[in-house]
Amino acid sequence: MNEILTKSPAGKHVKLADLAKTIRSKNAGTDKITFDIIFREKESYELVKASRRITRESIAKLFGIPVERISDFVEFDPAYAIKFTIYRSAPSGSPGERDIFGCQQYAPLLDIEIPLEPEHKN
Amino acid sequence: MARKKELRILCPNGHLGFAPTKEESFRIGAATKPDYYCCDSGSDDIGPAPLGADKSVSMYEWQKHDLELMLLAAREQGVPMIIGSAGDTGSNSRVDLYVQIIKDLAKKHRLPKFKLAYFYSEVDKAYIKKKMEQGIVIEGLDGRAPLTMEDLEKTDRIVAVAGVHPYIKALEMGADVIIGGRSSDCAVFAAPAIKEGFPEDLAYYLGKVLECASFCAEPYGAKETVIGTITDHDVKVTAMHPQQRCTIASVSGHAMYERSNPYYEYVAGGMLDMTNCRYEQYDEKTCRITGPKFIPVEGKVKVKLEGSGKVGEKYIGIAGIRDPYTIQHIDQVIDWASSQVKESFSGVDYHLDFKIYGKNGVMGDLEPVKEIRSHELCVIVEGIAPTKELAEAITLMGTRQLFYARLPEVKGTAGTAAFVVDEVLPATAAYRWTMNHVIPVDDPMELFEVKMIEVGGDPE
Repeated sequence: MNEILTKSPAGKHVKLADLAKTIRSKNAGTDKITFDIIFREKESYELVKASRRITRESIAKLFGIPVERISDFVEFDPAYAIKFTIYRSAPSGSPGERDIFGCQQYAPLLDIEIPLEPEHKN
Repeated sequence: MARKKELRILCPNGHLGFAPTKEESFRIGAATKPDYYCCDSGSDDIGPAPLGADKSVSMYEWQKHDLELMLLAAREQGVPMIIGSAGDTGSNSRVDLYVQIIKDLAKKHRLPKFKLAYFYSEVDKAYIKKKMEQGIVIEGLDGRAPLTMEDLEKTDRIVAVAGVHPYIKALEMGADVIIGGRSSDCAVFAAPAIKEGFPEDLAYYLGKVLECASFCAEPYGAKETVIGTITDHDVKVTAMHPQQRCTIASVSGHAMYERSNPYYEYVAGGMLDMTNCRYEQYDEKTCRITGPKFIPVEGKVKVKLEGSGKVGEKYIGIAGIRDPYTIQHIDQVIDWASSQVKESFSGVDYHLDFKIYGKNGVMGDLEPVKEIRSHELCVIVEGIAPTKELAEAITLMGTRQLFYARLPEVKGTAGTAAFVVDEVLPATAAYRWTMNHVIPVDDPMELFEVKMIEVGGDPE
């Protein structure tokens, strides 16, 4: 079990970077960038999934893009991973390119706050 | 002929030649005597310039090193070797390059005669034009509109992405070594499995899991050998490096890598559906996978086309800014420089882009941090124009006008930007991915003609 989960008091928030093993971005073909958030343990993965802090809507808001620019959003249980993909504003390597491989676009995800306990219990 | 119960394919590298294959794990793998040596050597990840300019991005020595390792092991055992997407782009010149390397190596090592098959992937613009004139729609991928004549005109080089078809054909013709043009990574591995009679469901998955070599293993370490084993019931993938293992996490995690969706993989001829894949730890270094499904395309086979077109010549300028007042008004500074270029070069078809590091240089519009938190900024100016002279002039003016920015309250009136060099630097010409489309074909071999030659057996 993730140490953060066992040591942190209830009611607190933790950063996604402290829960996930891997947070990365990379080209998916010429026209998209894909983001992977991968957890080492099932508990962390389930906690983040249940928190609903990472959804199509929250991601669109974070990056300041319309939801339609997110082509795929998948919670991928076999790998304890959340994965989403966005359309680039221009194909990779076009004039104005800032990140040919799309590999430095994940940084804003690191600081997403995840509540340690579900806030709305049914 | 009795069919093998299982087929073992060795993959030494996720992108042959891009960085040299690690030899230790390769030799451990080769010692197990696999049935095939297969490797993919290309990617569209490297941007449109290599395809447009018809260049490799890998060092020739590294390409030769990797081909030599595979060729010697495969020839010693007398088993086939298959390379896809030769020389990074899979263009015709890259296939020729690899064919020549194989010939040179055969001579160098005095290898006995063997059959070398190769096929090109480039597609003539005139062929596409004719299809379009016949009313055939070249559908766009990833949200792109269907191809227009204008897109086609702007394209300098097109490669079609082969599926398993030319590889199976070459194997049926008795090839010992195959050098392929641009191909789906997974086809390079799926083709021999399908040719040997294994189920397509598992064969395509075998290709998917093997294509990036040790990227499906942990701990992370690229360019190490893995071996995939296919039977009628499952696929097993085993890491060859002494410290690496293929685990449920590493193999299922790899399904996501560089793909927009972890469940679906599209190739010429159909789609691999990994939704119901089951992963088990088979032994310490091996993960076993069952449950993938290959869904053949309904109707005509659609072959992916990648096209690159030149946009213009490119220069890069660099400027630093330290004055806090200027930093706070950086947008006005950029507007000033842009307007000066616009005034001087009206009528020229140019691109001018200012990347402001310290503000949003890496992420541009995607950057959520809106306020500037840095005490200094770096501005990279990218200027693209039809000729080198114009690109240099536009980039230089865009950069130098940052020095002459007109800000009413600025204290430092002797120059509003710091220069590392008082010039702009030439860059490789700018290209654009003009095509990411699919073309329907009656016969998938229509675009890929397999040629066969005999190599080796040179007199001493």
